[in-house]
Amino acid sequence: MTNVIVAAKPAAPSGIAPAASATSRPRDVFLPGSVRRQTVLGTLRRRLRWPLGIYTTPVVLLIVWEILAQTGVLKPTYAPAPSDIVSTTITLWRDGVLGPDLAISLQRAGIGLLLGLSVGIVTGVLGGFLRSGEYLFNGLAQILNTIPLLAVLPLMVVWFGIDELTKILLIAFGAGVPMYVNLFAAIRGVDQRLIEMARTTGAGSWRVVTRVLVPGALPGFLVGLRFSLAYSILGLVAAETVNADAGLGFLITQAQTYLQTNKVFVGLVIYSILGLVADQLVRSLERVLLRWRPSYEAT
Amino acid sequence: MSSAVAAAPRQQTGVLVEQVVRTFGDRVVLDHLDLTIGDEELVVLLGPSGCGKSTLLRLLAGLDKPDGGRIEVPAKRAIVFQADRLLPWQRVLRNVTLGLRGPDADQRARAALNEVNLAGRENAWPKQLSGGEAQRVALARALVSEPELILLDEPFASLDAITRVRMHDLVRELRRKHHASMLLVTHDVDEAIALADRIVVMSNGRIGNAHLVQLSPSAREASVAREEIRAALLADLGLASQH
Repeated sequence: MTNVIVAAKPAAPSGIAPAASATSRPRDVFLPGSVRRQTVLGTLRRRLRWPLGIYTTPVVLLIVWEILAQTGVLKPTYAPAPSDIVSTTITLWRDGVLGPDLAISLQRAGIGLLLGLSVGIVTGVLGGFLRSGEYLFNGLAQILNTIPLLAVLPLMVVWFGIDELTKILLIAFGAGVPMYVNLFAAIRGVDQRLIEMARTTGAGSWRVVTRVLVPGALPGFLVGLRFSLAYSILGLVAAETVNADAGLGFLITQAQTYLQTNKVFVGLVIYSILGLVADQLVRSLERVLLRWRPSYEAT
Repeated sequence: MSSAVAAAPRQQTGVLVEQVVRTFGDRVVLDHLDLTIGDEELVVLLGPSGCGKSTLLRLLAGLDKPDGGRIEVPAKRAIVFQADRLLPWQRVLRNVTLGLRGPDADQRARAALNEVNLAGRENAWPKQLSGGEAQRVALARALVSEPELILLDEPFASLDAITRVRMHDLVRELRRKHHASMLLVTHDVDEAIALADRIVVMSNGRIGNAHLVQLSPSAREASVAREEIRAALLADLGLASQH
């Protein structure tokens, strides 16, 4: 009885009262999400707003750039049209210039990465698991971590000459240090309470390492891998721009000498694609390896 | 009053704690503490926060070492923590088999999950479980190794009242199947009465009064004897003025 009266009361004074309360006290209304999602118009609107997902912004930039170049606002020597860059890429490929340059760059990056990641992972694991490993590597790694990659280059040229070794070591340096730093932090950051729990269940050291420490350190490892890949590409660019006679960097330096801006852009675009591929690689690794982690998804 | 001071039978004991001392800096947390738990006996350790309950439990689990005295516990023991402490990156079944070896590990884990009414949830990720389900997985993980001593550190403290009552029923049921000594640490007087064979109250780093609870399940819910024990426990805890 009283419930009915209470419920009926706010509705009874028609017009003025509800409107007044609505303005003074804001209220939220939540409806099932599926209602909104199912409408064709809503789907269409979302598609139109972000038709290419995260690549929408780059594509829009490219289109604007193309239009500006075609109308002559941007001079070809300043920034050639994207279509021009594409055709230059095709020409360079057909002439047999781009293929070998790309191959040698990828080879350098591959060997450098392999070396850097191996050293970074081995020292990171030793430093993370063993107290003596920590004392042995950590100080050195923290010092190296603060030294900029580009500042090491002149020194490496003095030490190792201008051959492949310098380039590979620079890439390895770029990849190894962030891997060590992140892996060390990841292993040390594994929840102590979980390790304690695992020990109480009677699991041996091997079980604790494989089922608790390794998977627990995996997110941090992937962060390290992301940095390693990014820095190795940075190292590749730096190494190749100085004293190279083949490779993408050589292509860029040569083109720069002859003011061939379109060729410079070809090199830059390929570098950026390498970066993009590296990022996608880590993303797909995360999707597979970190399935257990429900991640935050922004709307 | 149905209380009896330290009258536990000294036959085959599950746990033997003699004159144990544990200090953190200047603070003496356990001060020459004695405790005996019989085979298949469920002892509830009651006391306010910070009285050293968890410290004692960690000593019994072997997670910490005493500064003095002697502790004797079965080698086969398991612990259920206040938080579920499940590995988030392993599915439920693999969480239960964590400490198991041998080809029948999966089978035993399934049986244990079945006992805590979680059959069919083997492939769920821990993050997909409710608080009560997660704690039941933790219970299964403890039971699966067939321990002789199970240590429970406020295992139901973070659960809601309804789930907690269900968990109490589950613990009683599991006691019929598993023959293990149990030590349950709690600050909940009602939980203590619901489950215990014997309730020991801790204060000033020692075991104070002990109360034997020999009541039928229904008498633990509501009876004159229950209220007497409850009043006695509240008095021991220094809360008598409320009643």
